[in-house]
Amino acid sequence: MFTKPIHTKLLYLVILAAALFLPLYVPDPYIFQIVTMSLLFAIATSGMNLIIGITGQASLAHGAFFGIGAYGVAIMTKAGITFWLALPASALIAAFAGLLVGLPTLRTRGSYFAITTLCFGVILWIVAGNWIDLTGGHNGIFGIPRPSAIPVPFYGEIPLYSQAAMYFLALGFLLLTLFALYRLVYSIFGLSLMAVRNNEPLADSVGVNTFVTKLVSFVIANFIAGLAGGLYACIIGAVSPSAAGYMMTFNFLIFLILGGMATLPGPVVGAFAIPVIMEFLQFMGDYRMLFFGALLVVVIIYFPQGFVGGLRLLNQKVVARRQRKISESGHASR
Amino acid sequence: MLRVESVTKRFDGLVAVQDLSFEIVAGEILAVIGPNGAGKSTVFNLITGTLRPTAGKVFISELDITGLRPYRIASQGISRTFQTTSLFDQLRVIDNLMIAYKWRTRLGFWNTLFHTKTFKADQATAFQRAMETLEFLGLAEKSHQFIPALSQEEQKRLAIGIALVSQPQILLLDEPTGGLIPEETDRITGLIERVREQGTTVCLIEHKMQMIMGLADRIVVLNYGKKIAEGPPAAVKTDPAVIEAYLGGEVDA
Repeated sequence: MFTKPIHTKLLYLVILAAALFLPLYVPDPYIFQIVTMSLLFAIATSGMNLIIGITGQASLAHGAFFGIGAYGVAIMTKAGITFWLALPASALIAAFAGLLVGLPTLRTRGSYFAITTLCFGVILWIVAGNWIDLTGGHNGIFGIPRPSAIPVPFYGEIPLYSQAAMYFLALGFLLLTLFALYRLVYSIFGLSLMAVRNNEPLADSVGVNTFVTKLVSFVIANFIAGLAGGLYACIIGAVSPSAAGYMMTFNFLIFLILGGMATLPGPVVGAFAIPVIMEFLQFMGDYRMLFFGALLVVVIIYFPQGFVGGLRLLNQKVVARRQRKISESGHASR
Repeated sequence: MLRVESVTKRFDGLVAVQDLSFEIVAGEILAVIGPNGAGKSTVFNLITGTLRPTAGKVFISELDITGLRPYRIASQGISRTFQTTSLFDQLRVIDNLMIAYKWRTRLGFWNTLFHTKTFKADQATAFQRAMETLEFLGLAEKSHQFIPALSQEEQKRLAIGIALVSQPQILLLDEPTGGLIPEETDRITGLIERVREQGTTVCLIEHKMQMIMGLADRIVVLNYGKKIAEGPPAAVKTDPAVIEAYLGGEVDA
């Protein structure tokens, strides 16, 4: 029902292999850190893709839920709770907060939902900067401990102090997220999300409870955002209100739009490509933003499905041309 | 089977439907006709929960379904199509049908995430049922195409298929042949007859008099939101009130 062509599968395998051996050929710690961050942003953006790209509800509070996850892990691990408990707990808190926020806001439609969620994001950012007892105010929380070593029977334990270990931690969670999203999106459950995006009155009239469908999608998306935020706190070792800010949301949004809305690889491509482009354009200083502004406009107009959508379009054209050539030569030989 | 009981719908000042009562009998094809603006589509919207009646009640097999949300009405076995062909046009033909079958399955979040036995069984049933429906519609070979690749008539047939895939008791069709040429209209008429033969009760809104006269068992005529006539086609055709209101004094339309 939902199968992919063989060369696409091969491409994914190559990328996976490249990711697994990355610590071997990227020795520069600075670049390594950027790659690890990209993994986290890819997780968060994949979650955002579920609610915005697949379900069509423009949530602009994604950064806030990322922040809830980050602060959750920071506060809990500082209080002595192990990371392995703090991470799922923080993601669940983010999901539950999503449920509470979604119950009223998902009753609004279109731009109103975007506005109400943006408001929640800004409120949370202000709270993070001012609730000094809990969040440390604008200074944030420092010295978040690294996760404890993972015990492995007959081997001893895998320590998680090195940068490479952090990289694999993030990579593992990204693969897990993509696997879960793959199952959810390519199914009748996923189709019901797309149905809400595509034609809400029709979805309603064919028995899809559109409100609950949106709510479930929003809660899953925020669980994923919380998960990414929790990993961020542990890998960076510190959180500040900017981790929960609306600028975070807009970063994710840019990754999503440029990478490819409503495609599964899109958020990953965006989360890797944009920071890399940013690095290359370092010499331009703040003028980089002008470049990104122009790029965003061009992509939205000509490639509504971003880089990934553009590539797919190109692939379709190549295949079509090849088929045309084959049929033409077939006619000629007759 | 489905009973509409003194239903009234007011839109501040304007009375769209006034004290309307009628019944859809199991196994029949009932047509609702009337001039533009007579309130036909409003009646469908009131039955299927898109609109809430100002007064009156709607029953399905003695169960009060007045004012339930549309998705609840759908799971009571009442399916509908819309006047302007309404499809999930970003998705493939088969996907359109599987979405409409979802409420019959238990394909929620957990089953989908963990690929449980229920998931495998239900997903397979949904696919099979969707393919059966496509065979019935004569669209089987188009199953993996996207909606814009379909002709106008194929889209209309698919819209009926979306309503049919979950095997409803009653199918409400809002102008199923609007904008189609006569041959296409005949094919849709044939499809509606086959739907009835399968045991589904049909209620349809139509403008094409000739088609209705040949197809319907009974006709309800509306004008300005009120029922002005009801009965078999032959009786309705000669009813002076109908001729006056609907045909503008001419019977040969």
